[in-house]
Amino acid sequence: MIAYRPKTPSHVLIAYVVAALLAGASLPSAAQQPDEQRFSEQVEKDAREVGKSLRCVVCQNQSIENSNAPLAADMRDLVRERLAAGASRKEVIAFMTERYGNFVLMKPPLQLDTLLLWLGPLAFLIIAAFGWSSYLRPRQSTLVVPEPLSPDELARLETLTIRNPTE
Amino acid sequence: MTEHDISTRVRPAFPRWAALVPVGLLVVIGGFFAFGLTRDPHALPSMLVDRPMPDFTLEPLAPETRVLTNDDMRRQVSLVNIFGSWCSSCVLEHPMLMDIASTGAVAVYGVDWRDEPGAGLVWLKRYGNPYRLTGLDADSRLAINLGVTGAPETFIVDADGRIRYKHVGPITPEIWKNTIRPLVQKLEADAP
Repeated sequence: MIAYRPKTPSHVLIAYVVAALLAGASLPSAAQQPDEQRFSEQVEKDAREVGKSLRCVVCQNQSIENSNAPLAADMRDLVRERLAAGASRKEVIAFMTERYGNFVLMKPPLQLDTLLLWLGPLAFLIIAAFGWSSYLRPRQSTLVVPEPLSPDELARLETLTIRNPTE
Repeated sequence: MTEHDISTRVRPAFPRWAALVPVGLLVVIGGFFAFGLTRDPHALPSMLVDRPMPDFTLEPLAPETRVLTNDDMRRQVSLVNIFGSWCSSCVLEHPMLMDIASTGAVAVYGVDWRDEPGAGLVWLKRYGNPYRLTGLDADSRLAINLGVTGAPETFIVDADGRIRYKHVGPITPEIWKNTIRPLVQKLEADAP
């Protein structure tokens, strides 16, 4: 059986797409469940900040604030509970790094074993700048302009070129 | 025929040995990759090794048994296994835990992580219960405290209640024989 599909006018389709995009853009974040709104404004604000800097350890490229993983939800809860209990943002982050290591931080700290990571791009920039400048620098050896001929040389040239005037 | 004047010839911008610089760079980068790509990116550092077991009290799965606390992991070497009825690798690991428990080499405790109490109980009835006591960690409080990222995970706790070893993933017979059992024996010998 062939299904009958009425042809939808293209402008209606475009309207659908635009509406879908707007709806998606205005949604806060699918991960933030309404039942997490049980703490004060300040705790919630701090928890968002802290949550954005903590990696969801099971999804690896999302922060716990942006992840739908169950463990991330529990970590969000724990962050809020600790903040509500009076812990500072730093203390909450330290609590997590003590348990999960620096891996749990979205932004690796600047320390001895991460120096290469932080300074690597700078080193490549310097190498690139050096290479580019040496590429652009005029090579003097290729652009040597010979001295103009001296009167003696001109006279000699004359004798050489007009060697055989009859020819 | 006149000789070419050597001084007007193009002088190379770099010395000849400079051609080896990219080769050297390649070797260095290759070295990084050879080291970096052979390591398991999921193997997290075990931050809690040699630290005391955090304080906790977990509700039992069945109402008639008592709660599980960190005090249970004292006076003898303990094996704390994080599992869940939702965890498929735990089913694979389970016969090994049954074996370990039956030898009595170590006190085996279970933490039912992110689970419904009923589901955990049914799961243990179905596959057998190797645990002396089982606690329910429905909201991951203990799991996060232990830096757990997935199930199964296993901690070896010495008689002083300090975490001495963490194993991520199912315990295989090889890991038991070559790593965990020798460690348990050593810790038993060290215990007063």
